[in-house]
Amino acid sequence: MPIHEKSLIRPENLVTHEHLTIDGVDVSGHWSTFINSRVVTDYNEEMEEEIAALPGGEFIHRCWQCGSCTNACTVNALNPDFNPRYWIYLIRMGFEDELVRDKDLIWQCVSCNKCTYACPRDVNPEGVMKATTHWLELKGHTRPKPAAVFDDVFASQVFETGKIEDGLVLRQFFARTGQSMFQSWLIALVRGLVFRLPVGLLTKLGLATLFRPKTRGWKKARLAIEDYVDERHAADRRALGLDTQGAE
Amino acid sequence: MKHQRVAYYPGCALEGTGHAYNRSTKAVGKALGLDLVELKNWNCCGAMEVKNVDPKLQTYLSARNLSIAEDMGFDTVMAPCNGCYHNLKKAEYDLANDEASREVTGRLSSKAGHKTYEAGKVETIHALDWIKDSVGEEGLKTRIKGGLKGLKIANYYGCMYTRPRHIFPEKDKGPGSESTYKPHYMDDLLAAAGAEIVEYPLKTACCGGAHTLSDSDTSTRLVLNLLTTAEACGAEVIATECPTCHTGLEMHQMRAEKVFGQKTTVKILYFTQLLGMALGLSARKVGVHENMSESQDLLYERGIV
Repeated sequence: MPIHEKSLIRPENLVTHEHLTIDGVDVSGHWSTFINSRVVTDYNEEMEEEIAALPGGEFIHRCWQCGSCTNACTVNALNPDFNPRYWIYLIRMGFEDELVRDKDLIWQCVSCNKCTYACPRDVNPEGVMKATTHWLELKGHTRPKPAAVFDDVFASQVFETGKIEDGLVLRQFFARTGQSMFQSWLIALVRGLVFRLPVGLLTKLGLATLFRPKTRGWKKARLAIEDYVDERHAADRRALGLDTQGAE
Repeated sequence: MKHQRVAYYPGCALEGTGHAYNRSTKAVGKALGLDLVELKNWNCCGAMEVKNVDPKLQTYLSARNLSIAEDMGFDTVMAPCNGCYHNLKKAEYDLANDEASREVTGRLSSKAGHKTYEAGKVETIHALDWIKDSVGEEGLKTRIKGGLKGLKIANYYGCMYTRPRHIFPEKDKGPGSESTYKPHYMDDLLAAAGAEIVEYPLKTACCGGAHTLSDSDTSTRLVLNLLTTAEACGAEVIATECPTCHTGLEMHQMRAEKVFGQKTTVKILYFTQLLGMALGLSARKVGVHENMSESQDLLYERGIV
């Protein structure tokens, strides 16, 4: 079945009459199953260009729908609804409503780049997944997903000091996503680390939470990066027709 | 000898949870007579996170590290972490091929007050290239003391060592070169060290490292697949060459048991730990006791330590 018809056979689009006779022929039950007709009028014709304007989405126009990305995809193997080819199709056609249905799936791309490896058209599907995730957030279709929170916690530390400190990343991430630090497997993990790592290193890591690891003379790099991040945010919002001063 | 003395970029992970990889890499280098000179005042490569904020920032972060290697007079930098290795390679590729990346890197470098790195000045290699190109299998065989005694090993390379392939122009060059489809450098080295390498179809499968905390269930399922497949292939040990993969495998092996109730017993060791022990270094020296995965009994039983 061509993939653009996939949405038509969802249960809510199928109609079956329990009792129906047409021209004297009894077609009750599944004999009378048919697909509701529909007219699509709400194409978002800007969607492809908007996603192409975000980092990673640049080459979406090259896609010829071969499906190599989905075939190679790590997450698709776990969940068949995770389907990069289908999403690229929806974006290029402008089926915004259909795309938004999968807003809680798209962020799950693990960036393994198997799709990028397999793609015969250099679409960079991994980048398209990131651009689409970003687009869904900027457009207000979703709140930032846990992966976006993690990226933000991690990147902010890199921008601030030039280095990261594992413990701080972990604590900030759990705090910001409202998760408990006291989950059985996390406790086992931390206990494992404390018992195993050499005392010297543990002391160093402990001190690192107080005196965070830093790249010396980083201040100018930090300011340059912050300027660039602001500039990019404004450019991304402009490309999507959003107020450049708006909150993230 | 090629790569006898190279710049060393350990990266953040090797200063934290990947400590055992750092110490075993240094110990193996020393045992093989190879010199590592750590990059002065390096910065984080941005791992798998900064690119999601903006890919060109990641290029800048790596360009800064490459410019340090150049300033220190090196034409080669070795990164044992797949993330660091991948990002340095990616920066090299983008700076050579993408004008916009060059422009952003140039602008940020001059604002930050350091030289702008230009593509082609410094070659990035992985710890696997470092040992393979300097000592090689034959050289390794002459230095083995004790060896790995037929320990059954599945080699796990993960994603970032081979994908996307265009950033690794030196790979896929025919016999002898590394393959992005079926990498074999770790297989070659560990076989030379006396291990029995099992055929492992998931060499370059993904462990879900990018979402190890933000989507733990996905990562646990992916890791469990890696572990059970290794066991089905007859492996006693999975050898790793990336701190993120290694920590992910250890952590989700434990999580699979605690949360999914699925126990696996295959052990996880860095390839440098295995090489170190084959070269006669003690298990302690290469940090085996620091691993979450308890392999001491197995190593003792097999007479490796």
